[in-house]
Amino acid sequence: MKSFSYVRPSDVDTAIAAVAADPAGSYLGGGTNLVDLMKLGVAAPGLLVDVSGLPLTEVTPTPEGGLSVGANVRNSDLAAHPLVRARYPALSQALLAGASGQLRNAATTGGNLLQRTRCLYFQDVGKPCNKREPGTGCPAREGVHRDLAVLGHSAHCVATHPSDMAVALAALDAAVRLRGPDESERTVPVTDFHRLPGDSPERDTVLEHGELITAVELPAPAPGRSAYRKARDRASYAFALVSVAAALDVRGGTVRSARLAFGGLAHKPWRARAAEEALVGAEATEESFGRAADAELSAAEPLRDNAFKVELARNLAVRVLASLAAPGGPDAPAAGPAPGARPPGPNSGS
Amino acid sequence: MWHVVPRTAQHPPAVSAVTLHVNGVRHRLTLDNRTTVLDALREHLALTGSKKGCDHGQCGACTVLMEGRRTNSCLKLAVACDGAEITTVEGLADGENPHPVQRAFLDRDGFQCGYCTPGQICSAIGVLAEAADGHPSYVTPVASEAAGQSVPPGPSEPSGAAGGTPPPVPLTPEEIRERMSGNLCRCGAYANIIAAVEDVAR
Ligand SMILES: Cc1cc2nc3c(=O)[nH]c(=O)nc-3n(C[C@H](O)[C@H](O)[C@H](O)COP(=O)(O)OP(=O)(O)OC[C@H]3O[C@@H](n4cnc5c(N)ncnc54)[C@H](O)[C@@H]3O)c2cc1C
Ligand code: SF4
Ligand code: FES
Ligand code: FES
Repeated sequence: MKSFSYVRPSDVDTAIAAVAADPAGSYLGGGTNLVDLMKLGVAAPGLLVDVSGLPLTEVTPTPEGGLSVGANVRNSDLAAHPLVRARYPALSQALLAGASGQLRNAATTGGNLLQRTRCLYFQDVGKPCNKREPGTGCPAREGVHRDLAVLGHSAHCVATHPSDMAVALAALDAAVRLRGPDESERTVPVTDFHRLPGDSPERDTVLEHGELITAVELPAPAPGRSAYRKARDRASYAFALVSVAAALDVRGGTVRSARLAFGGLAHKPWRARAAEEALVGAEATEESFGRAADAELSAAEPLRDNAFKVELARNLAVRVLASLAAPGGPDAPAAGPAPGARPPGPNSGS
Repeated sequence: MWHVVPRTAQHPPAVSAVTLHVNGVRHRLTLDNRTTVLDALREHLALTGSKKGCDHGQCGACTVLMEGRRTNSCLKLAVACDGAEITTVEGLADGENPHPVQRAFLDRDGFQCGYCTPGQICSAIGVLAEAADGHPSYVTPVASEAAGQSVPPGPSEPSGAAGGTPPPVPLTPEEIRERMSGNLCRCGAYANIIAAVEDVAR
């Protein structure tokens, strides 16, 4: 690991100024991704500005009926928060589907959004990778890509975004509050926060150097129910092959409104607008849920070894939507590996 | 190719004074900023109970309690934990009396080689506290009111409406398996580990 300086400012603007002034500066949240990448040599900041001491630790109801979540709220605390459990079950379940209990105790809301891909080549400094070293190529496209993207990828990168939380936030119409140098502020919808790779896969998000995530804002909950389900190679503690976050409002057997997002399929949480359009006004039956999923997934361009993800995504979406439409509501997530999952191989360590 | 010379002069030093309160004892250390809590414990304080399995947050062997909550000490920089209260497996017993979770692991034979055990035990103590505080897991059934049709939100709603203290979550074997999944055991002692945690939860 490269040597670095460390500071822990107690106010937001001092932290922002410190990173903004140093091209090699980086924020440090819980450290569960950044410290890992520093050990691997993938990240080598010269200055760490620890933001865990900043007063961004509250979950507060907003006047619009939503919630504002401070960037430092721990994943475990957010998942257990009574208002999140009651109003945004998809968010609570997505957080609980991610990582392990002890990692969630350390991981922060801001850091979770900015975690980097788990593409094996990205994490191996001995290999080329456009995301890590622009212009070196993308070995995953022809190499090991079973876990990687089927939607929105480019010739330059086929990575997926690994966050579970971000998928639920995308479905729930959440937005990211950013603060930059000179007290500038902006709010970016989560669906626009992460990027598709295009010809610049080195940029995961629209965040500019020095900008700090201060909060995530949730609008008032969508009508109906919401849920998050994740298909993976093991029953627990593994990244998603495919995940689904959905909010569905059904009245008299007809879908009144629907929000749907997929994880594990693309470089960003994939908000399924085409599926949503197909759902609204449709009968709440497995047939129409399947047709809606097809409307979205017909754009998929699977790679040699990940075509199974398309069918898995369809089946999972139908299952989640059907459980939301059922009179009793969604059941607890089934323990057990995903349909179509294979036993973990040597490289599947979470 | 030009190398950018780091402007180290404007940076504070890469070494820091760090105070850690470990098992009730205060330690003042001078550490390279790169030192993790795990390495500080093992290399600087000779507390080798916490194990290094993977050093990347994947196995849980390094799990300790920080400010009472379980965490992977291999991914925590010591400098970022200045002033923290840390409990390791060495600090659990009350004199000659093992902690109830330690006792249960012995009674149930919750190990074979023992390498993962300190992390399992610290993690289990965290699990018991989290469940007692009503924290859900991925397999916790969604409470009917929590699944409810659009909880009417609004600024007028008292903030405690969905609040109060949530009831403890019963630790069924399924709950224990899910909550302990961040602790791997290469010997496969899982069945007995679950039995041990269940004993203490009862
Ligand atoms: C073994 C293992 C398994 C995992 N499994 C899953 C999983 O199944 N699902 C899942 O979703 N995740 C999983 N994770 C990832 C985990 O969720 C992330 O590591 C964690 O959420 C990152 O949060 P952090 O606070 O520790 O971020 P850090 O590691 O501290 O930071 C991550 C990035 O965010 C930046 N940053 C942090 N805070 C801010 C801020 N406020 N403003 C701007 N930039 C900021 C940092 O500079 C850094 O670039 C796993 C991790 C491990 C190690
Ligand atoms: S998929 Fe993206 S992250 Fe993976 S090797 Fe290709 S460029 Fe790198
Ligand atoms: S050594 Fe920390 S999780 Fe494996
Ligand atoms: S007892 Fe040997 S690794 Fe768990």
